[in-house]
Amino acid sequence: MIRALKRLIAAALLFGLAFAAGADQLLMVRSGQQFPEAMSTLQNALTARGYKISRVQNVDKGLSHTGYRTDNYKVVFYGKTEEVAELTAKHPELIPYLPLNVAIFAERNNTLLVTNRPGVLADFFPDPELKAVFMRWEKDLTEVMNEVREAR
Amino acid sequence: MALRYIALIVFALAGTAQAAPDGASLFARNCAVCHGEKGAGGIGIPLALSSFQAAVGDDYLHKTIRLGRPGRVMPPSNLSDAEIDAIVRFIRSWRKQPAPRIPTGRIKGDAARGKQLFAAHCAACHGASGEGGKGTGVTFSRPRDLPIMPPALNNSGFLASASDGMIRQTLIRGRTGTPMVSFVKKGLKEEDIDDIVSFVRSFEQAPRPEAATATETEKAILEMDSPYDLAATIENVKRAATSQNFIFIREQALTSGLVPEGEEDPRQHIVYFCNFTMLNTALATDPRVGLFLPCRITVVEHEGKVKIMAINPKRLGKIFNNAELNAMCDEMTKRYLAIMEEATL
Repeated sequence: MIRALKRLIAAALLFGLAFAAGADQLLMVRSGQQFPEAMSTLQNALTARGYKISRVQNVDKGLSHTGYRTDNYKVVFYGKTEEVAELTAKHPELIPYLPLNVAIFAERNNTLLVTNRPGVLADFFPDPELKAVFMRWEKDLTEVMNEVREAR
Repeated sequence: MALRYIALIVFALAGTAQAAPDGASLFARNCAVCHGEKGAGGIGIPLALSSFQAAVGDDYLHKTIRLGRPGRVMPPSNLSDAEIDAIVRFIRSWRKQPAPRIPTGRIKGDAARGKQLFAAHCAACHGASGEGGKGTGVTFSRPRDLPIMPPALNNSGFLASASDGMIRQTLIRGRTGTPMVSFVKKGLKEEDIDDIVSFVRSFEQAPRPEAATATETEKAILEMDSPYDLAATIENVKRAATSQNFIFIREQALTSGLVPEGEEDPRQHIVYFCNFTMLNTALATDPRVGLFLPCRITVVEHEGKVKIMAINPKRLGKIFNNAELNAMCDEMTKRYLAIMEEATL
């Protein structure tokens, strides 16, 4: 009885998460912070949830060096060390999608952040064992993105 | 104990089902990223623009939020009707005048004649088949030619949302603050306008242009076995990427940056490369394509076999709801496969 109720609660909470998430398969937010502050907020929010920033790709610098005009545009790669090692050993098909990333770019005085919903990966890799991982990432990332959106 | 769990379930469901819709926060969560916090526009159109608000009814806004624009970035919404109405009220709050009353009936014109008028007056911006302007809205991180992208008129979301009266009114009045001019001022008569409206409405019966069809693919990754060892395969990938007009950027272990230097797994290597002209075009088409960046192929030694792997852009591209980007993703998938085939030949 209790186990069944626990399952029902989990389903209800997941339903709530999906409902709040909307139909879009991308997670996108606009931050009122300027680019450097938003970048800092993003990295701090990820770190606070146990993720490590593995690299920041300077897309803007590459474009500028080759003669194209652009404002700040970077891609932040992040992951949890042990989790990445375990997942890539057991599920090598995930390797092309790891480490996870968030694109962050300036739009005048605002900053936009975009990433795919980790839940989308459940469609790509329909392994029941992986679903729990993707949903955990989705919960973390939704919190991170909301934190960046609300930061002033 | 059971009562506590039941109470928790009720709490979890109540949080989603009974919360009073707050238009401002719903807009901030769902719309502001593209349309701007105060509707100034961006990837999406400027909703606060006075001439826009004067031309569209609440019903148009509601249906647009519900249906989105298939293949044109704006996704459909699964919000409740009450929540969508709250967003519409919030959008209206920027302009103190009430929503305009737009006629809802069908306009009878000569669609065949309208087709000729459309080609002469509308196609330059909205596309020969009404597929809309190139590129995705306006993002101020990149130089753009127009303050707003001409919308796709041959789009099921637009056609289901816009009444004939709304299209007619837009043609007559234009949209101040956008490149859309008043075609009455440009010399068209009201019957000409009616003919154009009838032609636009006829898109409902016409097959959609190929560009409006979303890409369907099966696999999320591209992968091939390599007959070479890990080191040789990495070199082959670098060479093949260069021969496909990409610039080699760098090579690193998958876990680089996650583990202390020297402790990376030597059996998982990523080769990064880029074609900046292609990248610039992709960003102009859709500024959100950072998820693809930089281009990369991973070389993996797993259980004694060497494999090369990459994301499948055709599959990932589908989540952007951008038909124009889909064409680029198709091309990118071909390029990845060409590099992988060359590297494993």
